Amino acid sequence: MYPSDLKYDREHEWVRLDGDVATIGITDYAQDQLGEVVYVDLPSVGDEVSAGESFGEIESVKSVSELFSPVSGEVVEVNAALADAPETVNASPYEDGWMIKVRVADPATALDGLMSAEEYEAFVSEEA
Amino acid sequence: MSEVAARRDLGRLIFETGAPESACVEPPELDVPDVDPASAFGDAVRQSPLMLPHVTEGEIARHYERLARLNFGVDTGFYPLGSCTMKHNPKIAERACRLDGFAGIHPYQPEETVQGALRLMHGLQEALAELSGLPAVTLQPAAGAHGELAGLLVIRAYHESRGDARRRVLIPDSAHGTNPATVAMCGYEVTQVPSDERGGVDVAALRDALGPDVAAIMLTNPNTLGLFDENVMEVTRLVHEAGALAYYDGANLNAIMGKVRPGDMGFDAVHINLHKTFGTPHGGGGPGAGPVCVTQALAEFLPDPVVAKEGDRFSFVRPARSIGRLRSFSGNFGVLVRAYAYIRGVGGDGLAEVSEQAVLSANYLMARLKGVYDLPYDRSCMHEFVLSAARLRRAHGVRTLDIAKRLLDFGVHPPTVYFPLIVDEALMIEPTETESLETLDAFADAMLAIAREAERDPELLHGAPYTTPVRRLDEARAVKEPDLAWRPRTPDAHEEA
Amino acid sequence: MRFVPVTCEQRERMLASIGVPSVDALFAPIPDEARLGRPIALPDGLSEVELAAELEALAAQDVSGLVSFAGGGCYDHYVPAIVDAGGSKPAFCTAYPPYQPEVSQGTLQAIYEYQSMVCALTGMDVANASVYDGATALAEAALMAARVTRRERVVVSGAVHPEWREVLRTYARGGTIEVVEMPVFDGVTDLDALGGLAEGAAAVIVASPNFFGCIEDVRAACACAHDAGALAVVAVNPIMLGVMEGPGALGADIVVGEGQPLGNPVSFGGPGLGIFAAREQFLRQMPGRIVGRTVDVDGRPGFVLTMQTREQHIRREKATSNICSNHSLNALAAAVYLAAVGSRGLAGIARACLAKARYLHDALLQTGRFEPFSSAPFAHEFALRYLGDVASMQAALLKRGYLAGVDAGRIDDGLARVVIFAVTEKRTKAQIDAFVEEVASL
Repeated sequence: MYPSDLKYDREHEWVRLDGDVATIGITDYAQDQLGEVVYVDLPSVGDEVSAGESFGEIESVKSVSELFSPVSGEVVEVNAALADAPETVNASPYEDGWMIKVRVADPATALDGLMSAEEYEAFVSEEA
Repeated sequence: MSEVAARRDLGRLIFETGAPESACVEPPELDVPDVDPASAFGDAVRQSPLMLPHVTEGEIARHYERLARLNFGVDTGFYPLGSCTMKHNPKIAERACRLDGFAGIHPYQPEETVQGALRLMHGLQEALAELSGLPAVTLQPAAGAHGELAGLLVIRAYHESRGDARRRVLIPDSAHGTNPATVAMCGYEVTQVPSDERGGVDVAALRDALGPDVAAIMLTNPNTLGLFDENVMEVTRLVHEAGALAYYDGANLNAIMGKVRPGDMGFDAVHINLHKTFGTPHGGGGPGAGPVCVTQALAEFLPDPVVAKEGDRFSFVRPARSIGRLRSFSGNFGVLVRAYAYIRGVGGDGLAEVSEQAVLSANYLMARLKGVYDLPYDRSCMHEFVLSAARLRRAHGVRTLDIAKRLLDFGVHPPTVYFPLIVDEALMIEPTETESLETLDAFADAMLAIAREAERDPELLHGAPYTTPVRRLDEARAVKEPDLAWRPRTPDAHEEA
Repeated sequence: MRFVPVTCEQRERMLASIGVPSVDALFAPIPDEARLGRPIALPDGLSEVELAAELEALAAQDVSGLVSFAGGGCYDHYVPAIVDAGGSKPAFCTAYPPYQPEVSQGTLQAIYEYQSMVCALTGMDVANASVYDGATALAEAALMAARVTRRERVVVSGAVHPEWREVLRTYARGGTIEVVEMPVFDGVTDLDALGGLAEGAAAVIVASPNFFGCIEDVRAACACAHDAGALAVVAVNPIMLGVMEGPGALGADIVVGEGQPLGNPVSFGGPGLGIFAAREQFLRQMPGRIVGRTVDVDGRPGFVLTMQTREQHIRREKATSNICSNHSLNALAAAVYLAAVGSRGLAGIARACLAKARYLHDALLQTGRFEPFSSAPFAHEFALRYLGDVASMQAALLKRGYLAGVDAGRIDDGLARVVIFAVTEKRTKAQIDAFVEEVASL
């Protein structure tokens, strides 16, 4: 149900590592809980993000949630398309709805402590 | 026919009505030498064209009559909005605030020319002191949230006057959003306190949360679940033992008049929403008023001014160590007149009956509905109660929002929904004392009918309402493509079109 | 008076259906030690006839109907009859804030139109549904500027109404902003002194017309703010915007104002109407409710409360303000008023105020009882220095039926002997001439 090539955190973000660049977004479960996304507030290229800390906010009409980074590093790219089409997060949470790309210091250990797809699925079913 | 007329021009703006030549009110002929604004103001003179509507009086009359017909007020029908106390708004109060001796007096008139207004304000202060059990009162705050700001700034000033810098305020997880927002405006941090299994403050968690850096707790009792916190005396005692003060959000005062007073529960400061308990109109958003009552120890910090009585004369005075003004002039006077009229008209005996009937009516509705809707805290409620539609959601995919929208088709304004946050799929119902048994029964019947519809035909509820002037609105579009003001079409845009 | 429709017999039925013996049983959770245990110590209720008589007697103790030259933030303009007729309908008055848009299109559209009129007047992109009054609008603007700039210090002109500056200082007591005042010279903000003060500030705040009725150099103040990276906040009088340029065209980032003059009675100073407008780029930092236009599921036009994630009921301690209400009925009155007078009417009213204020100003100086306070141009209000005791002058004129201006010394100790006169379109030449004659005869 959740893509097996991704890692997940307990705040419902996913991360995909290509070399030393981690792409981050929110899971299908998270977008479903939020409802139609109407606004995403993201950091700027060059900002530093830290694992477990907030890097932005995501809003539906009547809720606002913080976005937490699963990894630490420097933001190298931001999905500018979400400014005009935030609902992309609903339609394509793992592909077009990605949020930021972060260059991590040590790719070998960057994803330590995050959940696999099976672990995340179990986590979600417990929470629901 | 009138309904048809109201709906015919749906969405048509007053800017799109009338002819450019039209006007309603012309200023009188100038009887003194004219002054050219350009010569008077130079650079500051208006150069951009002013684009206000241009309509006749008849067109304005029809426009607002049409808009009024699209609205639902307490005068239209049952309005069981939890935590809002949508009771009948007495008409005598509307007339009173328009009397020339009230509406026509200037705030800077000498005090000897406004003794009636000051006497009324003083009388209201006294009445609120008696009802709250707290002796010192400011009428200045313009709303409940403004009262919270006043109360918390007073508490901050009190601690600071003792050289006691504190930085945290405790708030239960069932609190109104204004509480934490006010805490932030006062430069404090919020510490959330969980509720226990009976819906009250978890006393063990409160003990853990208290400490020498806690300035205050903000509490509503009865709380937002409509439940009276049986541990309230212990809560305020623990708070005081920690050197903190207890602030009472008076949103739910309509439940307890004549039975118990915030001051007697150990609270140091309380705001009272005149537009809830004392029948002043909500006005589709305001103006309301949020007077604050405090202990003698806090009185000297109250906002400037308060009304004092010396012999037979009334005057504005500035409390000795006042936090200062919280708004211009002395209060939402027009609202104060209405509340005074309500209290004098209903009287002390009547106010006790108000609370008794409000609580009885809420318990009656709760008893009628609790078998079909879930009642997360099954004990007698005060003036309101909270149901959960979580079971209907699980079984039939029907959400609280669907139930609320379907109620509109039954001619009823929906209850408060999705609040308090600690109840899943919450429906918060407050009937108030001014509704007849017939109205209460009709509402219960509608709620039960909707529960049956949820079983038989969930799709029907997802599509509701069907009978309102407009149906569900695209709120996501309103955020993503904000259209917040009418703009005249520019010549370019006209050509493109 | 009694508004409870349930009968005694029905009450018994309700109790039986709940399964409790008495209403008192429902109050069982209240601990004994907290109980009032006595009747409420307030007089018993009155019949409507008695209540009406009592209220009329109270109102009669006030002196109304004076020929008013008092302003100071609260103005005696004419309120057209259509304002009461349109704005006091029960369907508007007795409604809750429009959280159920399907049955609140009346309130919502009226507020959308109000927002549109505020934008038109001020030259700004977006306006909210109003806040409590002009003074709290100013304080909210300062807090907003601090959020936008992530700075704390706000610089406010000493020529802003003293009560508004005090409200700003009260709001600053939470420690979220720090307030510094700009000096005043010749009745207007001393912009030469502003440069240094503005450095590192969140906001520069001026009012035009200011407390003394004087016109400020808004364009220069805004430029000064922007040079320092601060937001420019401008307080306006909405009537005078009929002939004065909206601050949006002069560089303002936030415009605030007291909307009472637009169709609302003086009513002892409250309720007022807090006008609040800003540039669109700051929309997400604005306080208060905002109405937007959208469509329903059938494509029909409709209105909703929007951008609600800014507000306390969603964002709680991170909300842009704790404000939960707006002065909707006052905003409605303002909208009906502006529709009634229209662009030409508002300009005409503003022009009449301007001409009559100038006429009174010159005539009062000619009596020899006053000397000028400022050489700056003024609008509908002006300050003069009285060459005698202000209190006894005002008391003497009060006996003759006049409200002889506002004694600024009563509001601000530094302004002893300064009297501020406001003249609205309601004052006739005959009234002004008679008033001046009384002053001359003192």
